[in-house]
Amino acid sequence: MMIKFVLMVNRQGQTRLSRYYQPVELSRRAALEADVVRCCLSRRKEQVPEGHTSCGSAAAPLRLLSLRPLCPQCSFVEYRDFKLVYRQYAALYIVVGVTDAENELSIYELVHNFVEVLDKYFSRVSELDIMFNLDKVHIILDEMIQNGHIVETNKTRVLAPLTALDKMADG
Amino acid sequence: MSDVVEKTLTALPSLLSLDPQPGSAKLSSTSKLGNLIRGITELTSKHEEEKLIQHELASIKDQVSSPNTSMRQMKELMVRAIYCESLGYEASFTYIHAIKLAQQGTALEKRVGYLAVSLFLNESHELLLLLVNTVLKDLQSTNLIEVCMALTVVSQMFPKDMIPAILPLVEEKLNHPKEIIRRKAVLALYKFYLIAPNQVQHIHNKFRKALCDKDPGVMTASLHIYLQMIQENPEGYKDLTASFVTILKQVVGGKLPMDFNYHSVPAPWLQIQLLRILALLGKNDQSASAVMYEVLDESLRRAEMNHNITYAILYECVKCIYTIHPKSDLLEKAAKCIGNFVLSPKINLKYLGLKALTYVVQQDPRLALQHQMTIIECLDHSDLIIKRETLELLFRITNAQNVVVIVEKMLEFLRVNTDDYTTIDLVGKVAELAEKYPSDTMSTVFSVGGDMMQPDIPNSFLKLLSEGFDSVEEDRKLRLFAVDSYITLLQKEPGKLPQRFLQVISWVLGEYSHLKDELEPTVVLKLLAKLLDMKHTSSETKSWILMAMTKLCEGGAEVSVVREVSETYSSSMDTVLRQRAHELQYLSQDSELRAKVLLRDNAVQTCCVAGSQVDSSLSFLDGFVSEALAAGAAPYKPPHQRQEELAQAKALSLEPYGLSLPMSMSSCSITDRQSPTLLSMSSGLSGDSAEISHKGGSTSLKLDGVKRVWGREGYLPQRAAVEEAAQVEVPCTLRSPSQQGDPDPEKQQLASLFFGLSSQSSVCLMGKPEPTPHRFRRKAKGVTDPTSSSLISTPSNVEKLLCNNLLDSNIASELAVSSAKQITELPQGLKTASCDVEAELTDIADIKQNNPSLIVDNGIVAAADEDPDRPKDLCLISHLPAELSELCHSEITPLCTIQSLVLSACHLQKEDSLVLAVFISNSSDSALQHIVSCVSDSPAEDFRGHSVVVYQYSLTVKRPSIHVSIEGTVSFQLPGEAPQAAQFSYKLPLTIFIRPLTVSTEEYGTMWLSFSHDTKQNLTLIGDGQEALTATLNVLKQKLQLHVVEIIGQEGILSCRLLQDQPCLMHCRVHAGTLAVWLRSPVPDLPDCLIYHCQRALQEY
Repeated sequence: MMIKFVLMVNRQGQTRLSRYYQPVELSRRAALEADVVRCCLSRRKEQVPEGHTSCGSAAAPLRLLSLRPLCPQCSFVEYRDFKLVYRQYAALYIVVGVTDAENELSIYELVHNFVEVLDKYFSRVSELDIMFNLDKVHIILDEMIQNGHIVETNKTRVLAPLTALDKMADG
Repeated sequence: MSDVVEKTLTALPSLLSLDPQPGSAKLSSTSKLGNLIRGITELTSKHEEEKLIQHELASIKDQVSSPNTSMRQMKELMVRAIYCESLGYEASFTYIHAIKLAQQGTALEKRVGYLAVSLFLNESHELLLLLVNTVLKDLQSTNLIEVCMALTVVSQMFPKDMIPAILPLVEEKLNHPKEIIRRKAVLALYKFYLIAPNQVQHIHNKFRKALCDKDPGVMTASLHIYLQMIQENPEGYKDLTASFVTILKQVVGGKLPMDFNYHSVPAPWLQIQLLRILALLGKNDQSASAVMYEVLDESLRRAEMNHNITYAILYECVKCIYTIHPKSDLLEKAAKCIGNFVLSPKINLKYLGLKALTYVVQQDPRLALQHQMTIIECLDHSDLIIKRETLELLFRITNAQNVVVIVEKMLEFLRVNTDDYTTIDLVGKVAELAEKYPSDTMSTVFSVGGDMMQPDIPNSFLKLLSEGFDSVEEDRKLRLFAVDSYITLLQKEPGKLPQRFLQVISWVLGEYSHLKDELEPTVVLKLLAKLLDMKHTSSETKSWILMAMTKLCEGGAEVSVVREVSETYSSSMDTVLRQRAHELQYLSQDSELRAKVLLRDNAVQTCCVAGSQVDSSLSFLDGFVSEALAAGAAPYKPPHQRQEELAQAKALSLEPYGLSLPMSMSSCSITDRQSPTLLSMSSGLSGDSAEISHKGGSTSLKLDGVKRVWGREGYLPQRAAVEEAAQVEVPCTLRSPSQQGDPDPEKQQLASLFFGLSSQSSVCLMGKPEPTPHRFRRKAKGVTDPTSSSLISTPSNVEKLLCNNLLDSNIASELAVSSAKQITELPQGLKTASCDVEAELTDIADIKQNNPSLIVDNGIVAAADEDPDRPKDLCLISHLPAELSELCHSEITPLCTIQSLVLSACHLQKEDSLVLAVFISNSSDSALQHIVSCVSDSPAEDFRGHSVVVYQYSLTVKRPSIHVSIEGTVSFQLPGEAPQAAQFSYKLPLTIFIRPLTVSTEEYGTMWLSFSHDTKQNLTLIGDGQEALTATLNVLKQKLQLHVVEIIGQEGILSCRLLQDQPCLMHCRVHAGTLAVWLRSPVPDLPDCLIYHCQRALQEY
């Protein structure tokens, strides 16, 4: 019962962030990620925000939490001997690899909690925030998941160390 | 999702803008990282990306090594390196700088340094050692943020060997006033527990303190440790059940601060964690479960809000309710809950419902019945994962009645499925079902599954076919059926069949086509020859075909076909093929030899019976092996060990699946001593047959299980009773809650899936006295098991033997009568229980000749009946003869009492023997005369009143078993009374017969190779570190009298002998925290018995 990895990829399949909780050789990661992305992207129809037809990076970046998640299909995919739980936010996909015994729905909501934390920290988070603040997103994620287990979900507490660091830098 | 307010889209300033948004952390959009990311996003080809990244890495490399780079710049560089690595480009030159940054940076820079280290390095990386000092310093820092960072990195990764260096500091932090420090310290200890559990054993009470911490965060953190520990040993933490229940009660009751809520649900992930712990504690434990019922009920009630996270909690709650000791009203509520899940239009919930159902039907199959229509609808769901999960569920509820439909559904899925992993998994499942419930599906499995399936599937199918079932007639029918259908297949289009299937076909035809009388061997031979000519037939398949032909050719018309084939292949480049071709050639010409080598029908069994001709250990290869070893070859590791090591080495498997081991018979038999091998070669010509007998012997138990499942119901048309049940079920179907409107006739037909289940439930409806749910019954099973003792037949043998023995002694006494007039005779027959009557009789003859040597065999243990009133202290030891009284003796055990005669015994250890002393004391006043039947030359002795006689027997073990029991009878006659007799038994552990065996390492080496019986097992080590091996071996030396020959590094060799001179050698190696032990001996069963005692000795230590 554990999380194997957390992956953030965009619609083009480019990795924005990856965190592995089980050792995977660097050389194999790219192939795994491509495979995982193919698995998730191929089953879902494009989710287009109302009133917008294009949301690529050239246009104005989308706030991740601006869309109500549509869920016409199952958010869980079987992949080899484990499961993928994925959730789409604007053009960004968050994919979590979990073991078969894990409670998929709780991970699905954990992803949302994570995005809400990011939204709180970056105040209205967009894909660009994640791209340009890779270190901070990692620090936040490290507060929430360690060794493949959920260690903190309280938003204030997750952000406490990072905000303290920011204060130190300012002061 | 109530508080996620839909807001207007936010447009950020354009990327090129130099004007960062105030207050937000978006400064870096203008930085070098920004440039890099932008550059990459704009690229279109992989090649361009690679070029750009290489360029980027070169520039990073330049800057990190420059002495002018500030820490701030270093942090920026590190983030870029992280980015490059996350795209799959190695930046190993930055690793050392990441450590430097963690060491020298401040605040965020330091944190990024730690972050980079945790991302770049894995736990075994040697650079990690350089981090230890930094961590140590930061742990002692007065700056809380630095302490926090250090603890974070420690709980992510830390070198195992360095834990003692920081452990006291981390422990100290458990008492820190700040909750965040305490929480992180607990998480660090959790990490230590994961990587080195024995290092934190002494602080278990501190875990308890953390569990009781006033801060909920610290308590939550400690739950990780508890979940882990309870998984490993649920018994040890039962006392905490009430605490966990109280915690859950408080959480569910909303006692936590508001900020722990997620969408107004109090700490959902904490609830889930607690439910998992409770499930582990309540499993198979009624009293622990009773404590939980209330809070589980409460959880079910509270979780009524319509939000995903409440469903996630409900799912965990349902699982918990079905895991712990059942309570009917809770089960009912949980079942209703599952119903809501499966009926939900939300796909995620439906999925979770199916998953819950799959778990639950294993406890109570009737639940599937309630939802049958939904399940059938799910089968046709557009979403693949729903279909997949449904099949998984169906697999669990398969029985003889619905197997056809379910297998059909699975095969349907297989035909459209493209994912290799799923195919392998499903084919395995179909094959398992086909094995349990025979039908002609195996052909379809082989053609659909193709070459992807696991190699053991065709093997076990063939094994099934050859070993047969309960009835000879059914075997014949099934085999004939297989022959028929395969001939038809070959006549059609054999070119499309997968190789594995062709192999199966050729084996079956070779073995069984003679069953079909009207079928000419020539026809089969020609069909097979056609296969040989096909272009894509692999050489492995070809050798299967040649083997089949060898079995088939009987001279006559087919000779021409055979000659042609054998000539073609006897010059083949493939050595295996060439070998087979030569065999074919010779055997087709020499029918006498052929009849000898290729036994028709049940060749497997025949081989087993003729086991004496077979060297199951392949010891003739030992010379070859030792030469190879001397030449530097890697020592052989059995598959299970290899797999273990593999499993430890890999964590996330990224290897392509489906690469199966080649089934080449020659390689199998040489390299794979213990592998279950190919039955197809059961009538093998070379050494192959050795393994079959080996296998045949070892799997006989399993075979029984198979037979039972393959009951007649499965194979023959359904019996009337089943049909009746099915009819009863139809109204049930209509009543199904999930069903609305008129049932689709096709779906109605599919409802036959549940016939089996319904028959079970209809049994309940009809009021038969077994309304207990399935899971209750499961427990009863354990009770009946031990009764099935294997040696039931023994007592009759014992009697028979006794008769013989007594008869003998009577003769002896008659002889004695001529010299002296006995009033009483006391023949004492000591003998053993065994199934083999003949062998026993010869043993008794032995006794008569070489008394006092006695052969001890293994046998059933009839506990000596203990009379509490019997005087315990018999002061008998003084009666021992002088030469024995010096030896250390065991406690004197009373054996039996008949009237005034008291029998007791003890054993004495001599260097070269084990002496059993039997005391017979006569407490009556009347004098007895006795004759010891087995001593032909000893004169009759008077056995006076109130005297004690001692008999001594030197014991040796004929056939080792874990405990050796000696059984005997004493018969005597009091003056003027009828003769009386009583049986007694005496039980000894095998260890009593073990003596050290002093050999040199060289001698050990030669002996090792010549011994054929072996066994392997992993034992627990005593102590840790370098001394563990020595300490463990010393325990074995003391407790079992093993002789330690030599210890080199992490390996040790020991030797011992079983009295008199039956050696056993032991090889130990420390591997992954356990002691891998390999025992070898020329005596069968000795290694197995000894390993049991080793295990016991280490456990007791």
